Amino acid sequence: MLLGRIVRFYADGFRRMTLGRTLWCIILIKLFIMFAVLKVFFFPAYLQGDEQEKQQQVSAELTERIAP
Amino acid sequence: MEPIDSSLVDWSRAQFALTAMYHWLFVPLTLGLGVVMAIMETLYVRTGREFWKRTAQFWMKLFGINFAMGVATGIILEFEFGTNWSNYSWFVGDIFGAPLAIEGILAFFMESTFIAVMYFGWNKVSKRAHLASTWLTIIGATISAWWILVANAWMQHPVGMEFNPDTVRNEMVDFAAVAFSPVAVVKFCHTVSSSWVLGAVFVVGVSCWYLLRGRHREFALSSIRVAAWFGLFAALITAHTGHQSGRDIALYQPMKLAAAEGLYEGGTEQGLVLGGILRPGADWTAGSDDRFLLKVEMPYALSYLATHDLQGYVPGIRNLLEGGYKMPDGSVALSAEEMMKRGRVAIDALAKYRAASTPEEKAAALAVLRANFPWFGYGYLKSPGELVPSVPLTFYSFRIMVMLGGYFIVLFAGLLLLGQRVTRWKLVQLAVVLTIPLAWLASQAGWVVAEVGRQPWAIQGLLPNVAAISRLDVSSVQTTFYIFLALFTLLLVAELGIMGKAIAAGPETDSTSA
Repeated sequence: MLLGRIVRFYADGFRRMTLGRTLWCIILIKLFIMFAVLKVFFFPAYLQGDEQEKQQQVSAELTERIAP
Repeated sequence: MEPIDSSLVDWSRAQFALTAMYHWLFVPLTLGLGVVMAIMETLYVRTGREFWKRTAQFWMKLFGINFAMGVATGIILEFEFGTNWSNYSWFVGDIFGAPLAIEGILAFFMESTFIAVMYFGWNKVSKRAHLASTWLTIIGATISAWWILVANAWMQHPVGMEFNPDTVRNEMVDFAAVAFSPVAVVKFCHTVSSSWVLGAVFVVGVSCWYLLRGRHREFALSSIRVAAWFGLFAALITAHTGHQSGRDIALYQPMKLAAAEGLYEGGTEQGLVLGGILRPGADWTAGSDDRFLLKVEMPYALSYLATHDLQGYVPGIRNLLEGGYKMPDGSVALSAEEMMKRGRVAIDALAKYRAASTPEEKAAALAVLRANFPWFGYGYLKSPGELVPSVPLTFYSFRIMVMLGGYFIVLFAGLLLLGQRVTRWKLVQLAVVLTIPLAWLASQAGWVVAEVGRQPWAIQGLLPNVAAISRLDVSSVQTTFYIFLALFTLLLVAELGIMGKAIAAGPETDSTSA
């Protein structure tokens, strides 16, 4: 019952949107670009492997970048 | 292993700065405008006047546009942590993760839930329930800011953690010390109150635009009255918290203070530079030339700001690099060379600990690492000069922020004094409209002081940028920088277009509009 009222509340709110439709379109396009394009193609996780391997990679980087 | 290319550090910083500055175009308006619209809705509930409802709804519409354009732009920063700043991300461990997780789970969901009631709930929930939703939306946004600023404050003043050489991570040992560090508290108060100022400037600016156009007179005057009182209150808090922030910087980041003041040679009874012109190309790392072409000082003010004592000692850049002066805790400051030496010992001890094959070797390396860990990051620096941030950028940004902060106080006070007479002063109306971008300039300048002034550190004293960044191709970082620049410009143009249209359409016509 309560769930139904909540669903109707949101459905009615979205249906009556005017400017909100444009804003939601922009939000969805933005999220698509961020997660489906930028994250996938330009921002892979740099550290690879399991926890131990990541520790080893960072440890090597931090100890070998010491100033001469 | 190949040394890190300095241009990789610069491009990684530039990319992060671009993303953060773009994100920060939206956040302060959300925080500031949110409170203004909530005050207006409160007036509606208290007085029952439909006028205040329409006024609140109009500012809510602009709030919504800004919120929609800004939402998720901060996520890109988190992508960058994993890709461009992988050593940093790993090194900070759960200290960064915990506040960001709390921000995501608690504050963001709170904000998202109540914003729906705020927009969809007019005439569907009671007036008071709607008002509560409006306030909870902005309180949620402000709590979000708290946790983000806690994470930032930890980078400026790392506390409440212990470095674990087995995991190569800092681990939180005192949540309260992290969440309520003095730097975090002051940073939150200063950042949020300055965002309120920005929101108030936006409201008085847009309202004056209506007055200039001869439209929505009652709406504009009422909005100006509410926003000017709120803005004046916020600007005074900002000035006070700015003073406290200056004291924190003097204690925890004295190099930032020296750079912001252009103070090369420190001493007692130091004056605060009210305004000045730096000598172009001056070397701020060595030498004894006069580094100012012109400066106007307020005597003793810097000593008072930094130490709460008119005769207090404030170290300059040279003193900070050479050490030997007495610090607030009574100890003698180490020279940069000595700190770099201790940092190299700490890094070497970490390497020995990781390579140790017996418990005795590990224990011996750990003891050395613990003893020298406070200077860990200095071991990555090649010369003391690297400890000096860009003095001109920090110095001028600081002055822009402070001068504009003072101007906003005068502006709000002036608008309150003028009251309805502002309708006769076209030049004042124009000046207020033109002030709108200055609010963003002041806000961004504040972050430039905070972030450029703490260079070269990603985490103060523990990790400089040169050790924090991932070993990527410079060209790939450049590529993403330009992609962001294009994307952000496009989005900004879209936002300005939508916002401009909504402002031009104005609030629902009231009885006194032209």
